[in-house]
Amino acid sequence: MELSGLGIHDLIKMRDKGEVSSGEILDSVYGRIDRVESKVAAYVTLTRDEALKMAAKADREIAAGRGKILSGIPIAIKDNICTKGIPTTCASKILHNFVPPYESTVTSRLIEAGYVLTGKTNLDEFAMGSSTENSGFHTTRNPWDTERIPGGSSGGSTAAVAADECIAALGSDTGGSIRQPASLCGVVGMKPTYGRVSRYGLVAFASSLDQIGPITKNVTDCALLLNVISGRDPLDSTSAPIDVPDFMADIGKDIKGLRIGVPREYFIEGMDPEVEEAVRAAVRKMESLGAVPVEVSLPHTDYAVATYYVLATSEASSNLARYDGVKYGFRAEGRDLMDMYMKSRAEGFGAEVKRRIMLGTYTLSSGYYDAYYKKAQQVRTLIKDDFEKVFRDADLVLTPTSPTPAFRMGEKSDDPLKMYLADIFTISVNLAGVPGISIPCGFTRDNLPIGLQLIGRHFDEATLLKAAYAYEQSTEWHKRKPAL
Amino acid sequence: MKYEAVIGLEVHAQMLTETKIFCGCSTKFGSEPNTQTCQICIGMPGVLPVLNGKALEFAVRTGLATHCRISEYSRFARKNYFYPDLPKGYQISQYELPICEHGFVEIVTDGDVRKIGITRIHMEEDAGKNIHEGGVYSFVDLNRAGVPLMEIVSEPDIRSPREASEYMKKLRAILRYLGVCDGNMEEGSLRCDANVSIRPAGQKEYGTRAEVKNINSFRFVEKALEYEIKRQIQLVGGGGKVVQETRLWDAARGMTESMRSKEEAHDYRYFPEPDLVPIAVDGKWLDEIRASLPELPDAKRKRFVGDFGLPEYDADLLTSERPVAEWFEEVVAAGAQPKAASNWMMGELMRLLNEENRPIDECAIKPEQLASMLRLIDAGTISGKIAKAVFAEMYRTGRDAEAIVKEKGLVQISDQSEIEKAVDDVIAGNPNEVGRFRAGEEKLLGFFVGQVMKKTKGKANPRMLNDLMKKKLGG
Repeated sequence: MELSGLGIHDLIKMRDKGEVSSGEILDSVYGRIDRVESKVAAYVTLTRDEALKMAAKADREIAAGRGKILSGIPIAIKDNICTKGIPTTCASKILHNFVPPYESTVTSRLIEAGYVLTGKTNLDEFAMGSSTENSGFHTTRNPWDTERIPGGSSGGSTAAVAADECIAALGSDTGGSIRQPASLCGVVGMKPTYGRVSRYGLVAFASSLDQIGPITKNVTDCALLLNVISGRDPLDSTSAPIDVPDFMADIGKDIKGLRIGVPREYFIEGMDPEVEEAVRAAVRKMESLGAVPVEVSLPHTDYAVATYYVLATSEASSNLARYDGVKYGFRAEGRDLMDMYMKSRAEGFGAEVKRRIMLGTYTLSSGYYDAYYKKAQQVRTLIKDDFEKVFRDADLVLTPTSPTPAFRMGEKSDDPLKMYLADIFTISVNLAGVPGISIPCGFTRDNLPIGLQLIGRHFDEATLLKAAYAYEQSTEWHKRKPAL
Repeated sequence: MKYEAVIGLEVHAQMLTETKIFCGCSTKFGSEPNTQTCQICIGMPGVLPVLNGKALEFAVRTGLATHCRISEYSRFARKNYFYPDLPKGYQISQYELPICEHGFVEIVTDGDVRKIGITRIHMEEDAGKNIHEGGVYSFVDLNRAGVPLMEIVSEPDIRSPREASEYMKKLRAILRYLGVCDGNMEEGSLRCDANVSIRPAGQKEYGTRAEVKNINSFRFVEKALEYEIKRQIQLVGGGGKVVQETRLWDAARGMTESMRSKEEAHDYRYFPEPDLVPIAVDGKWLDEIRASLPELPDAKRKRFVGDFGLPEYDADLLTSERPVAEWFEEVVAAGAQPKAASNWMMGELMRLLNEENRPIDECAIKPEQLASMLRLIDAGTISGKIAKAVFAEMYRTGRDAEAIVKEKGLVQISDQSEIEKAVDDVIAGNPNEVGRFRAGEEKLLGFFVGQVMKKTKGKANPRMLNDLMKKKLGG
């Protein structure tokens, strides 16, 4: 197999034995990008020159015996995570020319760990969407079927990982934006516990829900990358002052007696039968590995989507107020200040972003606040309580990640409500703040990937990773590659 | 009909922290525009606020000093509106759960002590400044964006412009005692908005209020309120109605003008700030802060009245500035009689300091030196009148009173025979006036005394001189 097709831990082994240089790994990845990027369109910005410098530096450090865990590993970064001196656009016209003069905490940690930046990946504008069709620039294609969407909003990152256009990637997840596209692209994607990873430098969509996480080719790489990016950050008050365990420690341990909750509310009518069958088969597989399935209930699941779209849009309406054409980014000419504001925002934002800003402005308005925002906060508490109750009887929860496999381009883009339902299984996890991971669990007859989601207790990513690894190692799904 | 005014004040106080409330930028005043900014205070994408612990401490200190309840659980909120000087499109403030609530401040008017309730004190960030210099463009200076503010909201307990002014003075004194705000209204570090309404005297219900903004000097607090109250009374007297609106004080024209009506009021869409965790105030920390509070103006005022026997008026004036109060206490500690010390400080010393706008801690005279001078007066070494000249010299040079008195030969003549001789000379030299005096023109006594003073260069002991002169003329 080509180097670009390998995972982080395989490359680390080869690198540490001196079998491969950072330069060679990067050559392989960029060779792959040169061949397939025109079909996949995973990236917004390719940083080849920067990557060459970083790889050369990594090789010098390795030669000097100062190699670090990620030295020479090419990783793609979602384009809503700030990278100093490199455009960070959020796939929005309003930030098309924005170059941050600062580095996000996660990429700072990757730099310290020696990584090589391949480029910035595509997303739905400001991470608002489930298909990358809301990108202000272009739609990314699903590497398994380029007529289909990769999922979203981190579709650029998951497509790049699936297409071997990078070794791993970072995404962000507000309502499923890592897990849903990971599922649709057949890769591993985790949303860590809220507060586990610093949000400093992540362009905010909904601050109380956003979380950065790894997107990788296997569970081991996910643990490895999570080790690097986790931990308290003095620049983010919401990052938790909680010790970070070594997430590699439980990888490979058995899952005998592990209680796996299967919520009845997550096997709904209208769900794709192939998805349901694959997920039920996965439960049986886990059982065969010694886990104990238990039926559980998350009774407020029905309200999750509505709750999410009130809270997320409320926060977004405020978070996106700073894009006013005054200080940076796109500015339209106007007769006066108000005209400049209105034209800059009207021309700079896409339709979905404007829809959400209007929705959020409405739900926070005087006279409506109690009925919408406040009520949604109350329901959020109920949803959180649901999980706490379930975790008395189960060590983790297993669900489908997405009700359907990758859909065709344009299939849902005219119907926002239909699109919002793509995140129906992932949204509760963000509302509750708990960690969730999506891993491949099968393929449809059309050879489209299917993913399952494991949900854990607050700050218990270790158990998720242990179970995910045990399942992964007993299957072959993660070894399949798309035929691009 | 007789009307009563109902006034509540919203005071914004800039905190004297070294750095801004949510980032590490300096808060220094008067630097080149946009030199004290970073990605956080100019609202770049992806950055996050982190609370400055000092700002929290200052707000808590202020809350304790104004008898507020400190909230165990408090949080920030976003106040959303668009303006070029507001880089994020929202101001981080506090709304539902402010850090301090339910306090009061005592004010003294005409010797009466009144309590003015404090509804709440909350923390927030300041906005930047728009600069319009004519022409096509306006400029934005974001040095001030993110400077920590406290908003101190009073209950509608104030009944007159005079009380409002006293309240502002007292608040300023407390803030300055605590060292949390320099209280400079002209530089904008203390700002005041007023909610004003009127009602027929005796009525319980409040009238419709107008908010008066832009009162940016101590001089204008009373003026703006007097204008607004008069305006409302005239309006109602003429059959009109006060409308709920925001009015702007125009100092140049001495009037308030409508800025926006209730219908045009912003909907700020407040909601809890998700980028900051709620503040849980630790009891032990609170005790430490309480223990570290200085003696405050009210306590000092009461002590000055009780321990030193000063009138309320003196005590109030002397305690309005912490350095003045401390200076006074040092004079007394050096042995001076308190009322005499108070008279000299409130009279001569304040007059001289005010003339050159000099703070008391830069005064050339040291408190012990004033005490020494007062001893010279008590001992009869110099007269009060001479003392004024001596004091002026002390103020100019910082020298001791004794040295000045000795050098200039200003020692008071208390020698009976010496004064008697001068009196005799004056009587002998002015036979006409003596005749008139003895004929009943008693007001000429001053003339004779003046003549002796002239002769003795003002050094004659005035009491002895008076007695002697009366005796001799009467004889």
